[in-house]
Amino acid sequence: MDLDPLLLSRLQFVWVIGWHILLPAFTVGLASYIALLEGLHFFIGREIYFRISGFWIKIFSVAFGMGVVSGIVMPFQFGTNWSRYSDATANVLSPLFAYEGLTAFFLEAAFLGVLLFGRNLVPRWAHFVAALMVAFGTLLSSFWILSANSWMQTPAGYALVDGRFYPNDWFAIVFNPSFPYRLGHTVVGFYVTTAFVVVGVAAWLIRRGRSVAEGSRRLSMTLWLLTVLVPLQILLGDEHGLNTLEHQPTKLAAIEAHWDTGRRVPLVLFALPDEQNEANRYAVQVPWLGSLILTHDLNGEIRGLKEWQRDQRPPVAIPFFAFRVMVGIGLLMLGMVVASWWLRWKGRLYDSVWYLRSCQLVAPLGFVAVLAGWTTTEVGRQPWTVYGLLRTADSV
Amino acid sequence: MIQKKSKRTPERPRARRARPLPAKRKGRLIMPSLVLDFVPLWTLILGIGVCFYVILDGFDLGVGILFGLQPDTASRNLVMNSIAPIWDSNETWLVLGGHALLAAFPLAFAIIIPAVYFPILVMLLALIFRGVSFEFRYRDSARKTFWDHGFSWGSTVATFAQGVVLGAFIQGFQVDGRHFAGTSWDFITPFALVTGLALVFGYGLLGAGWLVLKTEGDLQARARRHGRWCFLGVFAAIGIVSVWTPLMNAGIATRWFSWPNMLLLAPVPVLTALLGWLEWRSLNNSSDATPFIAAIGLFLISYLGIGISLWPMIVPHVYTLWDAASAPSTQAFLAVGTLFLLPVILMYSAWSYWVFRGKVKSDIGYH
Repeated sequence: MDLDPLLLSRLQFVWVIGWHILLPAFTVGLASYIALLEGLHFFIGREIYFRISGFWIKIFSVAFGMGVVSGIVMPFQFGTNWSRYSDATANVLSPLFAYEGLTAFFLEAAFLGVLLFGRNLVPRWAHFVAALMVAFGTLLSSFWILSANSWMQTPAGYALVDGRFYPNDWFAIVFNPSFPYRLGHTVVGFYVTTAFVVVGVAAWLIRRGRSVAEGSRRLSMTLWLLTVLVPLQILLGDEHGLNTLEHQPTKLAAIEAHWDTGRRVPLVLFALPDEQNEANRYAVQVPWLGSLILTHDLNGEIRGLKEWQRDQRPPVAIPFFAFRVMVGIGLLMLGMVVASWWLRWKGRLYDSVWYLRSCQLVAPLGFVAVLAGWTTTEVGRQPWTVYGLLRTADSV
Repeated sequence: MIQKKSKRTPERPRARRARPLPAKRKGRLIMPSLVLDFVPLWTLILGIGVCFYVILDGFDLGVGILFGLQPDTASRNLVMNSIAPIWDSNETWLVLGGHALLAAFPLAFAIIIPAVYFPILVMLLALIFRGVSFEFRYRDSARKTFWDHGFSWGSTVATFAQGVVLGAFIQGFQVDGRHFAGTSWDFITPFALVTGLALVFGYGLLGAGWLVLKTEGDLQARARRHGRWCFLGVFAAIGIVSVWTPLMNAGIATRWFSWPNMLLLAPVPVLTALLGWLEWRSLNNSSDATPFIAAIGLFLISYLGIGISLWPMIVPHVYTLWDAASAPSTQAFLAVGTLFLLPVILMYSAWSYWVFRGKVKSDIGYH
């Protein structure tokens, strides 16, 4: 492999966004969690929520500050490294980035000061409103940036004139076909990631015998939240998959390592995809299940990679394995939630050592899942920056 | 392969397709044949955005520069606390400036940003380092000295890099069609180094003004002393740049020194001198707010001066604002929201400043 500007630019982008996405993955969830705690404190008035909130606000401030400064790099990269992409897509995408700044960043940044330092300077309701605004800001930010990303995955509402995109229909651009699914799947993914961090820290506190009351409250409350969030996330992931099958069939074929088009295709659990020979080696697969999961129909047709020329296909191994890492972690998390129900029923949630220890071990896995999911969707979009229209190689 | 081409052709964008380098245009504006022209509005919004950034992050970067000159931990803590609740939202104006340039004038973005790749890179790295130092200084007391240095050097380097970008921008770039055609090292010129240094003094002056406003006693006296040194640097820099720029470019010289422009523009140098006098006097007497206000005034008047020199170019000497504008529909879509949101942003930003008004206390740190 040559170290040409294209590869270097891609490596730089991966490096920056890889670090950057970890911070929102945590801060989007944490902002909502803090707003929830501040709300409970404000309406119910129990001191314990106040103490828990104070604990997380300190951690939030560090993560948020780093998220801001690593995020500032992002728009400038478009100019410094991806100037042809910027020139081609600016008419369509730049307002979405700008709206992110206008609606989200200012809201977060301005109210963050009050949230962090203003508890004794403003009335209690104003402090609660500040927490709400910060959380709302993080969600708005996710909205716009994922809209922009989704447009690159499933472009709509534009006209292509002389290699540059011009907007036709803003509603179609913002609410492009993959956007609602990507938004739901990503935000709930961020919530789940944060919730498992909270659970892990709570388990650690309980095992150390420090602030056991707060630890137990956190553990119980967060596991109830996860009881809703984890199954919801799996459902959203499934819907997102159906959407990908419809709009980005090459990505789906790469994720599943399907080379030949067919009906009643198997589900490949594990294999070594061999791009040279267009086949899988050492495949472990379940008959028919692929069609059933991907199309919700035993006879559903899945188009294989061989339908497209080689220069139109994404790399196969990376999305294939990244997807399996993500789903594996998702199933593990579901297992943790189910185990929590059983322990709750037995009344042993807070003193089962093996479970608390597992909670600590699972705590960082949400971040791995977020990175794996991001890798799946971004590498699966290759060799395009704007799917089917603008090649990555022509974007530098 | 999916090839979704919308059937409806868009309204034909104005004449700004790839074209040979335009000949001297002598500032003649190519007015678009549209009923509603959003370019003046976007020029104003971008101008306001950059202006807010320069003043707001200017003073907190300046506070960072002066932070390194504080002799003891107690004053360093106070200096830090004076900007802790607001630096985040100040820096956000930089994001707005970058986005507004990309959204409203994408051609300028695609030419200017690659041309100043390295100073931008250095600025971003310095801002990151500064932001991280900011947070970790509170948490990691074992390495506080390291983070202290990180904060003041990060602020200084970021400021210098911004000044270099400004200098390179005023000098202009080599352009071929729609692309930057020079090398990554073109920005290193004596002029850009002078503007880099000038901005360090300039932000230092703003920072000193802020500290005079927010602190008392010895710390305030020190801020006044630092402010006086910065002021001397700033005034020298304004003088040098004002002489150098017209010498460098005949067009700029004509704009300022031809009749009747000379008379019409005379208020600019007169106001500059007046503000300079006010700044110096207030740094030497007991006024709390005037040093900061006069420093802002000096920035505004310098900003106006640069604007007068370069108008109506966005890629200096090559492309006008109208050449570089994005599609009218893009500008319209964003303008609608921006006109509504900017006042709201200003209101709640003002509120968060209001919450932390008055002299800074040593006990407002993270609770």
